[in-house]
Amino acid sequence: MILRGGRIIDPANNLDIVGDLRVAEGKIVAVGGSLAGDSGEQVIDCAGKVVAPGLIDIHVHLRVPGQEYKEDLESGLASAAAGGFTAVACMPNTKPVIDNAPIVRDLYAQATPITGKTGARLHVIAALSKGMHNKELAEMGDLRDAGAVAVSDDAFQVQDSEFMRRAMEYAKMLNLPVLAHCEDTSLTEGGAMSEGYEASVMGIKGMPREAYEMHVARNCLLSLMTGAHLHVLHVSTAREVEIIRFFKQQGANVTAETGPHYWCLTDEACRGYNTNAKMNPPLRTSADIVGIIAGLQDGTLDCIATDHAPHARYEKDQEFSFAPFGIHGLETSLALGITHLVKPGHLSLSDLVLRMSAAAARILNLPGGNLSPGAPADITVFDPDATWIVEPEKFVSKGKNTPFGGAELTGRATMTIVGGEIVWEEA
Amino acid sequence: MSVINFAGRDLLGLEGMSRDEITTILDTATTFSEVLRRDVKKVPTLRGKSVVTMFFENSTRTRSSFEAAGKYMSADVINISGSTSSATKGESLKDTFLTLQALTADLVVMRTPHSGACHQAAEWVNIPVVNAGDGTHEHPTQGLLDLMTLRDAKGSLEGLTVAIVGDIAHSRVARSNIWGLHAMGANVRLVGPSTLLPADADRLPVTVFTDLHAGLEGADVVNVLRLQLERQARALFPTEREYSRLFGVTKSALRVAKPDVLVMHPGPMNRGLEIGGDVPDLPQSLIEKQVTNGVAVRMAVLYLLLGAEG
Amino acid sequence: MAETQVMDAGEVRRALTRIAHEIVEKNKGTERVVLVGILRRGEPLAARLAEIISRIGEGDVLFGAVDIALYRDDYSVRHAAARTTRVPFDITGKTVVLVDDVLFTGRSVRAGIAALMDLGRPASVQLAVVVDRGHRELPIRADFVGKNLPTSRSERVNVHLSELDGGEDGVFIEKPEAAL
Repeated sequence: MILRGGRIIDPANNLDIVGDLRVAEGKIVAVGGSLAGDSGEQVIDCAGKVVAPGLIDIHVHLRVPGQEYKEDLESGLASAAAGGFTAVACMPNTKPVIDNAPIVRDLYAQATPITGKTGARLHVIAALSKGMHNKELAEMGDLRDAGAVAVSDDAFQVQDSEFMRRAMEYAKMLNLPVLAHCEDTSLTEGGAMSEGYEASVMGIKGMPREAYEMHVARNCLLSLMTGAHLHVLHVSTAREVEIIRFFKQQGANVTAETGPHYWCLTDEACRGYNTNAKMNPPLRTSADIVGIIAGLQDGTLDCIATDHAPHARYEKDQEFSFAPFGIHGLETSLALGITHLVKPGHLSLSDLVLRMSAAAARILNLPGGNLSPGAPADITVFDPDATWIVEPEKFVSKGKNTPFGGAELTGRATMTIVGGEIVWEEA
Repeated sequence: MSVINFAGRDLLGLEGMSRDEITTILDTATTFSEVLRRDVKKVPTLRGKSVVTMFFENSTRTRSSFEAAGKYMSADVINISGSTSSATKGESLKDTFLTLQALTADLVVMRTPHSGACHQAAEWVNIPVVNAGDGTHEHPTQGLLDLMTLRDAKGSLEGLTVAIVGDIAHSRVARSNIWGLHAMGANVRLVGPSTLLPADADRLPVTVFTDLHAGLEGADVVNVLRLQLERQARALFPTEREYSRLFGVTKSALRVAKPDVLVMHPGPMNRGLEIGGDVPDLPQSLIEKQVTNGVAVRMAVLYLLLGAEG
Repeated sequence: MAETQVMDAGEVRRALTRIAHEIVEKNKGTERVVLVGILRRGEPLAARLAEIISRIGEGDVLFGAVDIALYRDDYSVRHAAARTTRVPFDITGKTVVLVDDVLFTGRSVRAGIAALMDLGRPASVQLAVVVDRGHRELPIRADFVGKNLPTSRSERVNVHLSELDGGEDGVFIEKPEAAL
């Protein structure tokens, strides 16, 4: 297969050229220049398109096992492919929780017939604690050996500092990154959106930024103390970025991510009690957006991850305080990056690709994220200029819960290739 | 002023309502006060219209006020309470509303502990929804009856200084009063302990005070909010004794206000706590008038929302 | 829009004076008579009739005004602003003369009668109007008529009263655009 005449952007290899790319036997075999097609070889015209390493989202909720009505592996991995992702890492807050090796193995077994056919690759993040109760450590060694790529109690924030310390020490021994949702829940209990003017007017209990910032600082300190690799999930405030920047300068083994909604939206999106704008961490202010963008520019925020959190419509069609946190992420992420980061000049297209592929892979020590000859052919082809209107009903994902419905965005994946196989192609 | 046609609209809050809109409702309510003074308090206007009141919180006062308003106008009033509704059996609010709509209710009045639930319901159904108090968000008919009572007493709201005293953060009455008074040209003060003021209160169209004396100084009107005693458990104030000493609106606290200061309270009162034991009985207390006007305001709301669009 | 004047201020004044005399004559005095105007134009008309009756030496007659918005049969098809009924006397046992500017379909009068009945139980109700333009939809007729005015259904009859409209009194027929 030859991808003909696209703009090849491969930040891991410092490459940004127009040329051809050849895939054979599931691998990338040649990059750049003008390649003559062999007889019978498939040639795909990529003129005007970007040929990039397959995008990787290291923070998605695929709801398997137990909540397949929200999403299942088939819909989730196909949704990833439709969004241009060739690999995702799924979170363990499932029912039951992914806290033992058999569940991890079962997930990989379930994904095998999907990956490279109709969907992306799957990586499994296991629970940090048994049942995600933050009381007893999960069998991390066993989980690692079953293929878990990291541990996290995402959605069940670790409040007990001693427990977090021990978990980090143990995870470090096993070379597993600890992914942390940082939030002091004593400050946010009962809250449903960011504390501030909007919440005050709406009469909604606020979740102050400080609740998040203090746990980012705490976890960074524990990372310094233990040497564990801390990855801060979904950074939402400007001060969190500053805290992470400070600790990185101190030499802490800390990485961080943010999600598209944190550079696109503020808490004003909640007006009218829009439950599709309800997520945790909550949407903040325009000053935070400035800080988030600065963090992406200087690399304090290493990567972009969506926190893809599909929910059934009837679950979001509830009182604002009852509606679950979280939004659909996979099928809008690339476009939100191009529309709100690249087009206004905050980030180069190459840097966007970096933060959505190679940088993400590096955090979880995943293969992929580059177009090096010999590497598995995980490739995303996207049209950086295509404009489209977000129509949630057309999402491949079961989750239609997005605050971006009706938005006109620029940039769209046109073809997603996993292991040399086209798993998604724009109709 | 232009008269506004409210037919088919919802009444969800006073935020964003214009002076003309509020004036239309108050003027209409004033005409209905006459009906309330008749021997036979019944007009046939809403004959054949069904009004459902659905209360997920106890509120004898507001519910009976809406019920009286509907019945005085000959509407069929169907009361659904939290305990008899399917809400406790796990049916979602949306399904409940769709059912009410299918049962051909013409208008739904809802009281809910959840801020915004009325806004959401209004999007789910085509019939008008009236907010009878939603969580800590708004209580628009209370705000309107407060405005009406004040306008009756003072002639106009323009330029009045109104101090709202108490637990602002958790008060839907306060929010509706803030927006309504602001739209009508009054100066609004919020007075309360810092723990009971909403975040970013200074961005509201108000002046904020944490000292009762300063907050009442020169005020034309003091609107005292009910103190929910359960707030004490959450460390929002130390004791009832200290609260009433620092923020209780007593006769002596009122001395710094205008000599003809008017006192309001949405009820039910904790006499001797947020309001001095004898203050509700002072001649300048409007508290009973508030209750009567509540019925007139709710009649006006039903009349305007259920009316013809032409 | 074309307006044709059909009564001038003098004709309105003379019509009201005649109606005042007829009310006195029909009721053999004014002992039990009260006047209630239908809001809005019936209100100043009732006040004027009371003033004329007083001026011609037939005593002081109580007068008030009744709002019919709450009694209309077209609540669900036409928006009407509600106004305040002001009848500060008991109508039970009285002869109530209902006063309006124009008698057309009879529906306003029907609503006016219903509104009166909620205020008390009059001994009888009579009806006085400045103009009767025909096209009745209900079995209602006026006891006292200033002028019978043949009209087509699509025309409008506008009664200008100085108290409400400023300027001079007058009655006008307005033809719809399409008829021009």
